[in-house]
Amino acid sequence: MIDFIEIIFTAGFWAATIRIACPLILATLGEVLCERAGVLNLGIEGIMSIGAMVGWMTVFLGADLYTGILAALIIGGIFGLLHAVFTVYLGASQHVTGIGITMLASSLGFFCFKLILPASTTPPKIKPFQPFDIPFLSDLPFFGPAFFQHTPFTYIAILAVVFAFWLMNSTPLGLSIKMAGENPMALEAQGIDVFLVRTIAVVLGSAFMAVGGAYLTLSAFDAFYFGMINGRGWIAIALVIFASWKPERALIGALLFAGLDAYQVRAQQLAGAVIPYQFFLMLPFLLSIFAMVIAAKRTKYPKALLIPFRRGERH
Amino acid sequence: MTRLLKVEKITKKFGNFYANNDISFEVKKGEVLAVLGENGAGKTTLMNILFGHYTPDAGSVQFEGKAIEFGNTNNAIKLGIGMVHQHFTLAENLTVLENIIIGSRSIFSLSLPKRQARIKILELSKKFGLLIDPDELVANLSVSEKQRIEILKTLFLDCKLLILDEPTAALTPQETDALFATIRNMIKSGLSVILISHKLNEILAVSDRIIVLRNGSSVGETDTNSAVREKIAEMIVGKKIDYPKKTKIPRKSRVLSLLDVSYSETDVPSLNAVNLNLYGGQILGIAGVAGNGQTTLAKILSGHLKPTQGKIVINEAGSVYISPKSFMNLGVAYIPEDRNSDGIVGDMEIWENAIMTEMDNLCFRNRLGIINKRTSFDRSKDLCAAYDVRMQSIRQRSRLLSGGNVQKLLLGRWLMRKPKIIIACQPTRGLDEGAIASIQKLLLEAQQNGSAIILISEDLDELLSLSDDITVMYKGMLSDPIETTTTNKLTIGLQMAGDGF
Repeated sequence: MIDFIEIIFTAGFWAATIRIACPLILATLGEVLCERAGVLNLGIEGIMSIGAMVGWMTVFLGADLYTGILAALIIGGIFGLLHAVFTVYLGASQHVTGIGITMLASSLGFFCFKLILPASTTPPKIKPFQPFDIPFLSDLPFFGPAFFQHTPFTYIAILAVVFAFWLMNSTPLGLSIKMAGENPMALEAQGIDVFLVRTIAVVLGSAFMAVGGAYLTLSAFDAFYFGMINGRGWIAIALVIFASWKPERALIGALLFAGLDAYQVRAQQLAGAVIPYQFFLMLPFLLSIFAMVIAAKRTKYPKALLIPFRRGERH
Repeated sequence: MTRLLKVEKITKKFGNFYANNDISFEVKKGEVLAVLGENGAGKTTLMNILFGHYTPDAGSVQFEGKAIEFGNTNNAIKLGIGMVHQHFTLAENLTVLENIIIGSRSIFSLSLPKRQARIKILELSKKFGLLIDPDELVANLSVSEKQRIEILKTLFLDCKLLILDEPTAALTPQETDALFATIRNMIKSGLSVILISHKLNEILAVSDRIIVLRNGSSVGETDTNSAVREKIAEMIVGKKIDYPKKTKIPRKSRVLSLLDVSYSETDVPSLNAVNLNLYGGQILGIAGVAGNGQTTLAKILSGHLKPTQGKIVINEAGSVYISPKSFMNLGVAYIPEDRNSDGIVGDMEIWENAIMTEMDNLCFRNRLGIINKRTSFDRSKDLCAAYDVRMQSIRQRSRLLSGGNVQKLLLGRWLMRKPKIIIACQPTRGLDEGAIASIQKLLLEAQQNGSAIILISEDLDELLSLSDDITVMYKGMLSDPIETTTTNKLTIGLQMAGDGF
């Protein structure tokens, strides 16, 4: 029994938690940006997938790792723009468009992968981001290996939270995004283009998602294969609700889920012989549902979420 | 006085319907222009064109000699036009300050100058008597506070012409007076105001000039000084209005009482030990600012909510099972506050809505539950004829009816059942003068036939002219009823603001 508690006092557990959390953090931030502006982006799973592919492929074809991140960022923005054209300008159903984007992006990504590398049976590999020891801090006992010996991409993900927090709370754009998701007429009445604000939010948010996907191929693993996003996008959608549409709480939500995931892997090894491993696999999801139920009870949805804005119509 | 705004030959069509037809007028610097008209006369459309929400099909607008670029609110704001919409354009999840400063900076700028903005807001709020707390969340504010923010928003962007669309619709008389004081203040410092309303008394009190719109066209223009109330009322409606007259009838026996009824749930405003007696042939008016528990009370009286404490007695029947249906069967009629969402089903046809309450009656369906269309059609035709519901056909979708006709349909549906008790929630809210008169007449007729009526309204003129007795609701409490003849607007207005509770 003591063994189960000891897990959370190992540096490895915390390091794993942060590693697992990173793609979720980036994806959740992206979805927060979109939904805060009033646009649900169910394209998240596909956008992460194509971000993972494009980021990896850029590096595989000879560019450096940071260019890979940039490539993922751009492809995410492009698919975000596609989503925005349909949902913001044409006022199409956000659910249907989002699912469509997910199918298109994940399949197109794999299709292009096969076009470029038709013969590969075992996924080829790249040299991903290597752990970077932060001077002095990484030498601390326990805290060093747990928090300060991660890859640079990990620190970028954490900085993304700071960026999103600053954007939402200290800039006119962030304020406009919050208003676009609550009462777009308020924005229009102040002379601000609602369509533009929503489009920026969706493009930016989708870029975040794609970078989250690229984390998997450039930092966590070293290869790309079909279906590697494995539902992380859908989890991010749920985490947005847990986070009450706030960037700082997205970080907490992602860490919580990742922590549960890291814990179950270790608990499996301890008790695998007695309890079927599927039980442990189930744990993070089960506990997430409980956390959601508790956290979501008090949350307030952005009031204009899912509602297309149409100018010059009777309201 | 110099000319500020010149509107020439504005025409706007929605499909085949002319919302504005060849409208021209001017606004001078430092004056209050009132735009009067019934609902659907085209007032709001016209203002939305001025403010750049809509693009007109023809015509031009000049502001300080410069042509306005249509369909561009940003351009209108830059020129110096500000608008306070009837439905507030505020984001409730943000603070007052954030709502006000949003338009002052480009969305691509990297900083949000909150400190300077706060100073300017506090200055403006002092100058024009618009008291607010910049750091409060908008969701926590009352209607009149929200309106103050709306006005501050336009002042913050240095507007020269302020358009106010039905600004008094949800204010108490005192708040209305305060608003008018602010308007006069603004005029003094050189601003111009366009005031849209259908409340004649208020317009006469505050405006300098009046234009009247009817069916999308401008039908008259006059100086307020030389205006005659009745003449303008007729101009608005286009014909003589038959104002209802009340005749009191002696009280009959008690039909309904509430004994210490309380309601406390988080979803709606609560009630606090409400006592009430209602007699046949009596109209009991309940005054109060919206959101003080009137809706909760109406829902309890109609069986939609179950009181958490206390007792309801109907027709001396002792305790009753609480459900809308059992109340209906005991003779309670309920005119909901939001007629379009709680009263009718907009996408169903008029005849379907007309017999909706009669589904227990085997006259309109057989035992298998199949509707008898012949009797149903006849019934709805009778209803529409008897209560003057104007429509093209009973097969028309109810959504297409005007507010007044929806209300007549709703009220008629109940009156056909000869109700003993009518709970009328804001029955004339948002209706125009003609429709208000017809609805009020129907209520008075029902009273003459012995029905007891609870009239919940925010319109004090209406309450004073219709009710036998008046009580005031404040924060879930109900004052003791007093006879209408022994009270006045001022006393009730003070009570609405919490005096005596």
